[in-house]
Amino acid sequence: MTKARTHWLYLAPALALLITFTYVPVANMVWYSFHKWDGLSPTMTGAGLGNYVRVLTDEEYRRVFLVSLYYFAASFLQIAVALYFAVVLTFQRRLRNLFKGILFFPYLLNGVAVGFVFLYLFQPGGTLDTVLGFLGVSGDHLWLGDPDIANYSLAGTSVWRFTGLSFVLFLGAIQSIPPDLYEAAEIDGANRWHQFRFIIAPGIRRIIGLSFILAISGSLSVFEIPFIMTGGANGTRTFVIRAYETAFQFRQIGLASAMAVVLLLLVLLITWVQRRIVPDEEVTLS
Amino acid sequence: MIRIGKWISLIGAALVVLAPLVVVLFAAFKTHSEYATTGALTPPHDWFHLANFRTAWTNGAMLRGFLNTTIILVISLTGTVFVGTLAAYAVNRFQFRLKRLVLGLFLVAALVPGVTTQIATYQIVKSMDLVNTLWAAIVLFLGTDIVSIYIFVQFMQSIPPSLDEAAVLDGATRFGVYRRIILPLMKPAIATVVIIKGIAIYNEFYIPFLYLRSPGLNVISTALFRFKGPYGAQWEVIAACTMIVILPTVVIFLLLQRFIYTGITAGATK
Repeated sequence: MTKARTHWLYLAPALALLITFTYVPVANMVWYSFHKWDGLSPTMTGAGLGNYVRVLTDEEYRRVFLVSLYYFAASFLQIAVALYFAVVLTFQRRLRNLFKGILFFPYLLNGVAVGFVFLYLFQPGGTLDTVLGFLGVSGDHLWLGDPDIANYSLAGTSVWRFTGLSFVLFLGAIQSIPPDLYEAAEIDGANRWHQFRFIIAPGIRRIIGLSFILAISGSLSVFEIPFIMTGGANGTRTFVIRAYETAFQFRQIGLASAMAVVLLLLVLLITWVQRRIVPDEEVTLS
Repeated sequence: MIRIGKWISLIGAALVVLAPLVVVLFAAFKTHSEYATTGALTPPHDWFHLANFRTAWTNGAMLRGFLNTTIILVISLTGTVFVGTLAAYAVNRFQFRLKRLVLGLFLVAALVPGVTTQIATYQIVKSMDLVNTLWAAIVLFLGTDIVSIYIFVQFMQSIPPSLDEAAVLDGATRFGVYRRIILPLMKPAIATVVIIKGIAIYNEFYIPFLYLRSPGLNVISTALFRFKGPYGAQWEVIAACTMIVILPTVVIFLLLQRFIYTGITAGATK
């Protein structure tokens, strides 16, 4: 029967795209990473492990790695704030949808627009300085120009942009806990804190774990916000911005590929660790 | 006390979210001299001063940006719906030996951070002669989307297979089942995918920035980004341009909230 194989016909377009635009590039990338190549000339010269040695030992690359730490630290703030508002809005009916919408909205905005909104906010003598002036902190700050604070400003922007996503995910997880559990607990004399500690926290452990993993891989691959707002100037260059420049401005495809491979391995490692720590209860995809 | 604290925190958060946007809205309606002389928190003198929007719209070639974005959206979303539902149909309605392998391929691909592989993907797109054509963005948005396939498979599980069997007994082919039974019933899932992915494509910056270099190919994101250079000193015009980009998102969000929440939740917890 020919019928037995028709499923491959249905899968073919998806698989072809997947292989052409993900697996072939990844394989090529590994290949490039062992070579020296400008992306144009028909030949490339072997470089052995040279590219990797440079990525892992050069001071410049260690610095761009450390920039991720600002974003990683900021993601703790993001998760804490998101969790707080998810719990608050679970127990409150009035205006819930309004606040939910407001908190979530920044996540939907165009990244370039977000970048410009905050470029405007952070202007010396701009909105932020004016508001701080009302609060008694006077003086203009170079929020994006001063290398000591630029990364805080950018990480703050990223918190503004992504808190809404964590919040909606947490809220969804909390709301999927059967409400009669709270009632039963209340009859047993539990207060709000007990309810949080013994009903909500276990119910959302998985999604919080997932959020931390996403936070790690997310802070390693930060690109848009700093690229749009500072272009990587003033000590805000991230690993991915550096990889972009290496590949598309300095035309060192081999070196950039080595960077990308290192990042990819890190992300895969983190995901693997997460799967070991927080095993999926169900794999529904089949 | 706790009640008051709760309200203060909620209102405070709302202010933190909205204030940065509102001040940009203020700036967009100010004249150049007004912008220079008034503070950022002062509302504009004339709410119908639209000159900045006009400058942004024409000089920033926003119309071209919206046009290009729309072309990319229509083609890649249509493609995603067919590629995705067909793949989901194979995965959900057929039993075959390599199914786990295929699913694994899709799942692992979802972990690869797209921004980094572009270094190598660029060489592939270049070898296909697609750089500096809208097709570069279209094929890249079409490819490797585990989230859409996941949403489709989830939904398809709720369509009883007895419907398929009844149709087959009536003489329908397997493809007929897909076209006449599955696809029409998938409408809610298709709507979710179209909205979520549509927003993602509208917001995408890196791919158009990398592949659509010539000014005639600007999409919304890159039109706004490249607008900053020449107008760097005229913040009131940049503000207007930013507002033009944000407006469609506001409208879509107000109209389609429910779908957006469902899709985001399904997508992120895959």
